[in-house]
Amino acid sequence: MDISWYLVVSAFIFCIGAAGVLTRRNPLVILLCLELMLNAANLALIAFSRMHGNSDGQIFAIIVMVVAACEVTVGLGLIVAIYRRRLPIDVDELRELQG
Amino acid sequence: MSAVIFFIAAIGAIAGAIGVIALRNPFYSVLALVGHLISLAALFLLLRAEFVAAAQVVVYAGAVMVLYVFVVAYVGDGTTPIGPGGSGLRVAAGLFVGALFVELTIAMLGSGLKAIDTKGAPYRAGFGQPAAIGQALLTKFLFPFEVASLLLLVAAVGAVVLARRRRGLEGGGDEQDDTSRYITVRSLFTGTMAETVGVVPLPPEDRFGNGNGAANGGGNGHDGGNGSGAAGPRVPDERGGW
Repeated sequence: MDISWYLVVSAFIFCIGAAGVLTRRNPLVILLCLELMLNAANLALIAFSRMHGNSDGQIFAIIVMVVAACEVTVGLGLIVAIYRRRLPIDVDELRELQG
Repeated sequence: MSAVIFFIAAIGAIAGAIGVIALRNPFYSVLALVGHLISLAALFLLLRAEFVAAAQVVVYAGAVMVLYVFVVAYVGDGTTPIGPGGSGLRVAAGLFVGALFVELTIAMLGSGLKAIDTKGAPYRAGFGQPAAIGQALLTKFLFPFEVASLLLLVAAVGAVVLARRRRGLEGGGDEQDDTSRYITVRSLFTGTMAETVGVVPLPPEDRFGNGNGAANGGGNGHDGGNGSGAAGPRVPDERGGW
């Protein structure tokens, strides 16, 4: 398949993830949608890496996966902390940053 | 043949992505994301990124999703409603996302890259395989590799700090940690080893012994009398120092 097909799929997945971030209210699902967007970026990176025949893009994708894992770890820790404090798990309710 | 696999994997990836944002139960969303990641790994294989595909399945669909499943099971709170009053926002979000898709497609397909309508550069042996990736990571990209490891360490410490069980939260129902019961302050070279590590529960007046030194004015006689009721070894004389 041509590279452009992969890029279109990547753009579509990115937009689905963006729609999820904008519409869902559960922070867990918002983290999942962030994963979708990062994976779409990974797909584009690897498609361009294949297009150029240069494996630097794959290194970039691996680094993106590392950053995504860190983001998930901290985000899930925040959600667990929110749950421990008996706060509502809803991003519309969590408007204040004060502890 | 590769076109068939591409369409199957692409449809699977898009269906998984739609499932993530459409399913009400977060648990099903996580499962849909697992399907999405596996389909995406098939796409990576088609693009000859074998190591990245394996890492995607092992790290993402294996480890990270297990973490998600545990947190979803811990937090519970199954079906969060989308909520009233969000319909206008959802329409606006749909319009924005449609515009974003059109823009992204125009930006990528109209970029004038000559190779974008080909199957890519000719395949070289070893492209995307673990040996090539590892060599690149440890030579050309050594600094990003180290920075990524440092970032992982910081994230792990941060997650532990964020999610640990604190004392003194309002809300009561949280069980308090009982470490203070086992931590006793005593001067060096006194007491038995079992008492030092907190295996033997001390009588109440012996906790934080420095503050209670005056209350134990009876000295050894007081300790000796107290030792009759307590279980475990008692060392009445060695604690005379405080």
